[in-house]
Amino acid sequence: MVRTREAPVMEPRPISEPIGVRVSQVERTFGDRRGADVVALRGMDLVAAPGEIVCVVGPSGCGKSTLLELVCGLQRPDAGSVEADPAVLMPQRDLLLPWARALDNAALALRVRGASRAAARAAAAPWFERFGLAGFERSRPAQLSGGMRQRIAFLRTLLAGKPVLALDEPFAALDALTRQEMQGWLAHALEAEPRTVVLVTHDVEEAIVLGDRVVVMSARPGRAVADLAVELPRPRRRTDPKVIALRERALVALGVER
Amino acid sequence: MSGGHDPNGAARGAAAGGRRESAGRRRGHTRASARGLSAGRLRSAGSMLLALAILVLFLGAWELYVDLGAVDRLILPAPHDVARALAEDRGLLWSNLRVTAGEVLLGALLAAVAGFACAIALHPWVTLRHATYPLLIATQAVPILVIAPLLVVWLGFGIAPKLVIVGLVSFFPIVVATLDALGRTDPDLTKLLATLDASRLRTLRHVELPSALPGLFTGAKLAAVFAVIGAVFAEWSGSSSGLGHLIQQATPQLLTARAYAAVVLLSLFAIALFGLLTLAERLALPWTRNPPGGPDR
Repeated sequence: MVRTREAPVMEPRPISEPIGVRVSQVERTFGDRRGADVVALRGMDLVAAPGEIVCVVGPSGCGKSTLLELVCGLQRPDAGSVEADPAVLMPQRDLLLPWARALDNAALALRVRGASRAAARAAAAPWFERFGLAGFERSRPAQLSGGMRQRIAFLRTLLAGKPVLALDEPFAALDALTRQEMQGWLAHALEAEPRTVVLVTHDVEEAIVLGDRVVVMSARPGRAVADLAVELPRPRRRTDPKVIALRERALVALGVER
Repeated sequence: MSGGHDPNGAARGAAAGGRRESAGRRRGHTRASARGLSAGRLRSAGSMLLALAILVLFLGAWELYVDLGAVDRLILPAPHDVARALAEDRGLLWSNLRVTAGEVLLGALLAAVAGFACAIALHPWVTLRHATYPLLIATQAVPILVIAPLLVVWLGFGIAPKLVIVGLVSFFPIVVATLDALGRTDPDLTKLLATLDASRLRTLRHVELPSALPGLFTGAKLAAVFAVIGAVFAEWSGSSSGLGHLIQQATPQLLTARAYAAVVLLSLFAIALFGLLTLAERLALPWTRNPPGGPDR
């Protein structure tokens, strides 16, 4: 199997001067299987100030995942620039290791950086209670519900200790009820542990409920067509007229409604 | 922070609630697995009885065929002749089985170590892998019947040529199965680990190797069966002991019952090896079994 993994975009920036995320006029093209070029992103801009939560909404295939990989340094742009503090990716599937217990899964980031198993477990253990997972430290992923697995995946992401979180449709795999619950949970979690967050989702309401700003992307080749500031106090309710109004504006920008 | 709602209906977040939650989960787990256990046991008992029934039918048909005089007893012994040979020659059969078993186990172990090492070494470097894959296939393409006597000419009558032959036939399934399993690591997982700043070695150790273990066991099970065949061929090419050698000697002497008895023992040995590996797999890879009911199910 041929793996293509490009070097990180830049040296780790000293966190004494955090810059958040700055994506500027980025273009990224892939060759598809038949040799034709697929332009995933063209002229994409995105700015997230340190500590800001930016939610990106867009139709399928608009390059959202590519954008996150660029932010994390897994790919280099073909044109434009990406500057970001060190970022960790939370992929769409929870990707918990099926052979490892919940505690070891959460502590994976520490283990792969060389921490001993005892030290890694000790660092992760106190979080289980905070995340409502007390008592499940020794469970295997197959024994846990979808919501619990996502919480462990998020804990793993947090414990990577990086200032930027790149979340790729974190709740897409959950049923609608769990998804709503997890959105509220994530909002709480980020209040307690603020980070710079770039969250990609196809759910416009989710974006408005969670984000400080909502960036709307066009279809492929993806670029930002709207940047809506959500200056509403938290916790936000879906039924709030201001939320609904923003949702309308976003849907119009998406081209879903007039 | 408020914990997530668990569909089990247990408390949320608080430590006492967590304990209640886990107790409820365990109770539910035991109930579900107890149910599963009895149903599973019933099913496996049923299939064992069926296998036994088929075996009895087959032996009965064989016995009838010989007893009704359709074929000379010296050419095709009846099952009871084979059973008698098993009993009468048991000292001889057992001592030769030990020789063959030693060749199989030692040869397969060497192949497993070499195969595993090669797979780990080849996995990270694509060009090296593409260069050596044809060589790996070549180790299998040459028929053992051809190289075995050549190896005996080179290495003599001792255990060396047998280990080489057994090793050769066992090497391929282990290397290929492990290499393929390593290569099938989820690419998204690899991306995730890159963002966690995991070194190549640590990715291998914490993620790729554990996920390749099931593939390794598959290769090992195949290798075990091939190894038994390889040992027999190796003995036919030049040996003074072993079950293969025994068969080779017994056949021209028309001691066919003894030869068949040796074949039965070889088959049982191969089955036992396979069964041991399956057991080891179940012990080493508890997560690959069907999961018991969790809170969601």
